Amino acid sequence: MLNNKENRVMKVVIYVVCIFLAILSVLPFWIMIVNATRSTTEIQQHAISLIPSSYMMNNIKILLGKSFNPAVGFGNSLIISIGATALAIYFSSLTAYAQVAYNWKLRNAFFSFIMVVMMIPAQVTMIGFYQMVYKIHMTNRLSMLILPAIASPTMVFFMRQYLQPTLSMEMVQAARIDGAKEFMIFNRIVLPIMKPAIATQAIFSFVASWNNLFTPLVLLTDQKKYTMPIMVSLLKGDIYKTEYGSVYMGLTLTVLPLIIVYLLLSKYIIAGVALGGVKG
Amino acid sequence: MKSKKPGYDRYAKYGYIFSIPFVIAFLLFSLYPTVYTAVIGFTDLKGLGKTDIHFLTDDLFRNFKTVLSSPSFQLAFRNTVVIWLANFIPQMLLALLLAAWFTDRRSKVKGQGTFKVLLYMPNIITAATIAILFSGFFGYPMGPVNDFLVRFGFIDAPIELLRSKAVARGVVIFIQTWMWYGSTMITLISGILGISPEIFESAEVDGASRVQTFFYITMPNIKTILLFTLVTSLIGGLNMFDIPRLFQDGKPDDATLTTSLFIYKQAFSGSYMYNRAAAASMVMFVIIAILASIMFFVMRDKDEAQLNKQIKQQQKAYAKKLKAGKENA
Repeated sequence: MLNNKENRVMKVVIYVVCIFLAILSVLPFWIMIVNATRSTTEIQQHAISLIPSSYMMNNIKILLGKSFNPAVGFGNSLIISIGATALAIYFSSLTAYAQVAYNWKLRNAFFSFIMVVMMIPAQVTMIGFYQMVYKIHMTNRLSMLILPAIASPTMVFFMRQYLQPTLSMEMVQAARIDGAKEFMIFNRIVLPIMKPAIATQAIFSFVASWNNLFTPLVLLTDQKKYTMPIMVSLLKGDIYKTEYGSVYMGLTLTVLPLIIVYLLLSKYIIAGVALGGVKG
Repeated sequence: MKSKKPGYDRYAKYGYIFSIPFVIAFLLFSLYPTVYTAVIGFTDLKGLGKTDIHFLTDDLFRNFKTVLSSPSFQLAFRNTVVIWLANFIPQMLLALLLAAWFTDRRSKVKGQGTFKVLLYMPNIITAATIAILFSGFFGYPMGPVNDFLVRFGFIDAPIELLRSKAVARGVVIFIQTWMWYGSTMITLISGILGISPEIFESAEVDGASRVQTFFYITMPNIKTILLFTLVTSLIGGLNMFDIPRLFQDGKPDDATLTTSLFIYKQAFSGSYMYNRAAAASMVMFVIIAILASIMFFVMRDKDEAQLNKQIKQQQKAYAKKLKAGKENA
C-alpha cells in the first residue's frame, strides 16, 4: 500500500518535471514565432505574447528590404551541407571498408591514428587553414568548406563499428568468384548493406555542416557566399536595431525548416544519438 | 601470381588503395593546417591579407610568452573553464536523473518518446540563431524577460540585464545546459538499456531501493559512457564559440570571452595578429590532444579487453579440437 502511494507521488513528480522541461524547450521558439507575426509597436508594448498577430507579411517585407537574404543563405548552406555530407558518407564508408575487409600491415596503426585525431576539432587549426586557403586564393569558394569532409575521422570510426559485425566476407568472396572487381563490390554490395548507418550518419553530418558558424565566418567574406548561420548573424547588426518584428521573422525563417525536418526524422535522430553513446 | 599465401593477402593492397582519399584529404586539410598553425606561432605574421612568414629572430617563443602572460587570454581561459563546469555539472545531474526515471522499471513513464523528442530539440537548432534569440529576449528596455519581470511585479522598471557580468555569463551557461542535457540524457539512457536486465531483476528481488539500484548498479555499469561524455563535452566546451560570439561577443567586460573567441578576435579583427592567434591555438591544441589521448587509451583498453577475450575463446576451441583429434586418433 505504502509502496503504491510512494510510487504514485513519484510519478507525479516525474511528469511535472518532464512537462516543465518540455515547455522550456518549446517556449523560446514559440515566443519567437509569435513575435515574428507582431509589429514592432506591439512588441515594444509587450514583448511576450502567446497569441499571433497579423504583421507577418509586413515583417517579411522589412526583413528582405535590407541585407538579410535567406534564399541565398539557404542555397549556399544547402550546397555545402549536401556536398560535405555526400563526400563524408562515401569516403568514410570506403575507409571503414578498408579497415574491416582487408588485412594490411598498417591497418591497426591507421585505426589508432583515426581514434586519436577524431577528437581534435578543426577549430584549433583554423589560422593555418585560413592562411593556406588565402594563399591559393580560394577564400569565398564553397568547395573549401566541402572537400575537407573527405577525411572525417569520427564518421570512419562509427562506420567501422557498424560494418565490423555486419559485413559477411562470404558474400564478398562469392562476388569475387563471380568476377566482380573490389571497387565494384564496395559500390554494389557493401554500400547497400550500410544503409542504416549511412542514414543516421548523414543526418548528423548534415546538421553539423548546416549549423557550422566558425569555418564559414573565417573563409567567406562575399555576401553572395554567406551561409545561413552568417546570414543570421547579420540580424544583430545596427540596421535591424529597431525592427524587432522582422528580426524575429528572420530567426523564424532559419529555424522553421530545421524544426520541421527534425520532427519528421526525430525517430531516427534520437536513435542515432543513442547509438553514438553506446558505440563510443 | 603469388599463390603461396592464403587468399585474402592478395587483396591486402586494396586496404591501402581505399584509404588513399582519406589520407590525402587529411594531409591537405588537417595535418598541413595544423603544422602551418604551429609554424605561424613562431613568426611575425600579422596584418590583414599578409601571408609571408618570417621567423622571430629575437625570441622564437615570444608569441607564446605574450599569449600565456596576456591577462585577456588568461581571463578567456578561466571563463571557458568556468562556463564549461557550470553547464556540465547541472547538465550531467539532470541527464542522470531523467535517464534514471526513464529507465526505471517500476514507474514506467508514459510518453517517453515525445519527451525525448522535445528535450533534445534545442540541440538540433543552429546555435547562432539561439544566441541571437536569447540576446533579443534579454533586450533593454523592451525584451520579453524585462516584460515578464515588470508584468509580474518582480521589478518596477525595465533594467539593462546584460550589463551585469553574472547575468550575461549565466545566460550563456543556461543556453549551453539547455542545448545539451537532452543529448546527454539520450546517451545515458542507451547506456543503461545496454546493462543486462537480469542484474536489475536480481537487485529488485533482493529488495534494493531505487536509489540503491541507481548508485550500486546503474552508475558503475555506465562508467565508460560517463567518461566518454565528460571528455567529449570538455573538448566541445573548450571550443565554445557560436554562443558567446553571437550572444554578446564577449561582453560585458569580457565576462563571456572564451578562448575560441579570443583567438578569432586576435586573428580577424583589430590588428590581425595571426601569429598570436596561432600561438593561442596551439596552446589549446596541446590541451585537447592530451584529453584526446586519455580518451583513446580508455577506449583502446576496452577494445583490447574484448579482443583478448576472443583470442582466449579461440584458443579454448582450438585446444578442444586438438583434444578431440587426439581422442579420435
